[in-house]
Amino acid sequence: MSKVRYTSIAIILHWVMALLIFVTWSIAIAIDDMPLSPARITGLSWHKWLGVTIFFLVILRLLWRAIHPAPPLKVQMPAWQEMVMQLTHFTLYLLMVAIPVIGWLMSSAKGYTVNYFGLFELPDLVDKDKALGDQLKLIHELLANGLMVLVGLHILAALKHQFIDKDGLLGRMTFGGSINEK
Amino acid sequence: MKSNFLLRVPTLLKALLLAFMMGVISSSYAAEYSSIDIAKSKITFTSKLMGSKISGNFGKFSGKVLFNPDEPEKAKANIVIDIASFNAGGDELQEEAKGKDWFSAKLFPMASYVTESIKTTGPNSLDVRGTLTIKGKAIPLLIAVKYQPQGKQMLFDANFQVLRLDFGLGAGNWADTSAVANEVPVNVHLVLNQK
Repeated sequence: MSKVRYTSIAIILHWVMALLIFVTWSIAIAIDDMPLSPARITGLSWHKWLGVTIFFLVILRLLWRAIHPAPPLKVQMPAWQEMVMQLTHFTLYLLMVAIPVIGWLMSSAKGYTVNYFGLFELPDLVDKDKALGDQLKLIHELLANGLMVLVGLHILAALKHQFIDKDGLLGRMTFGGSINEK
Repeated sequence: MKSNFLLRVPTLLKALLLAFMMGVISSSYAAEYSSIDIAKSKITFTSKLMGSKISGNFGKFSGKVLFNPDEPEKAKANIVIDIASFNAGGDELQEEAKGKDWFSAKLFPMASYVTESIKTTGPNSLDVRGTLTIKGKAIPLLIAVKYQPQGKQMLFDANFQVLRLDFGLGAGNWADTSAVANEVPVNVHLVLNQK
């Protein structure tokens, strides 16, 4: 049976974004309680630069996905699990778009123009508005934490398929290795 | 003798009349501008945090000015800026800016710019030499100024750059210019009223 997997581009985008999301979220956690300092400004800048990168990549990824559908699911699983899987994937995509955009809005509302690695500036989406900035911050954090919970679920499900069901599901999103191929 | 005297009188009168008329003309034309229209005037600046522009302004300032477009080189200005009116970024940044590492607003509540000499560099443009004092540090500063009348007011515009570290703005860790740029472009828009 021929091995089914996502396209190489899709696999690369998946793992690069996974790493970027983890690093971006970690930076936010690390600087959250820091008083305003050069270190905090540096951290926040990297958080925004990586966040903008994630935003660009997710757009690319969605476009790619639109013309390269996911490979057929050749793994047997109960209908409810497949539904949860579809819902999780959909929500992951949604959050990967929403969180950077809300972060960008939040930065504008707080009066800080977002730039990209100091190369160019992104337009301010809204005028400076303290109350709006504080609200957007709450939403940004809530959604980001929600994303991390979903990522946790996503990883646990993948591990379950890999080590308990041993059905080779992870092979859909990895290169080489046909250890668990049916 | 008599005819001579008669001849002289009209000459004297003419001279007086001419002098009077010139006086009227020049006083109506060469108005003096000596007060600042604070509501229309603006002092804004731009800083860069890790490559991102962040603009701000000082909302409160006052000063003594004297400007006569006939004698622009005799103009004088002494502008005083209220540091507490610093406005840029969020609350956190605002508090930090007024703290001891930056403006130290409690010790140095005012900044000032006092002109020393003025040179005309072209029509409606001046080179203004003066001293800028921030956080107790006085540094000479040359500012190119453009001016133009608008109605009964005189508008002045100047763009210049200050180096924050010259004034000890950003002590300790903040001296790192990769996080906060040393160069701070400043824009001054001053509107003067005739007294």
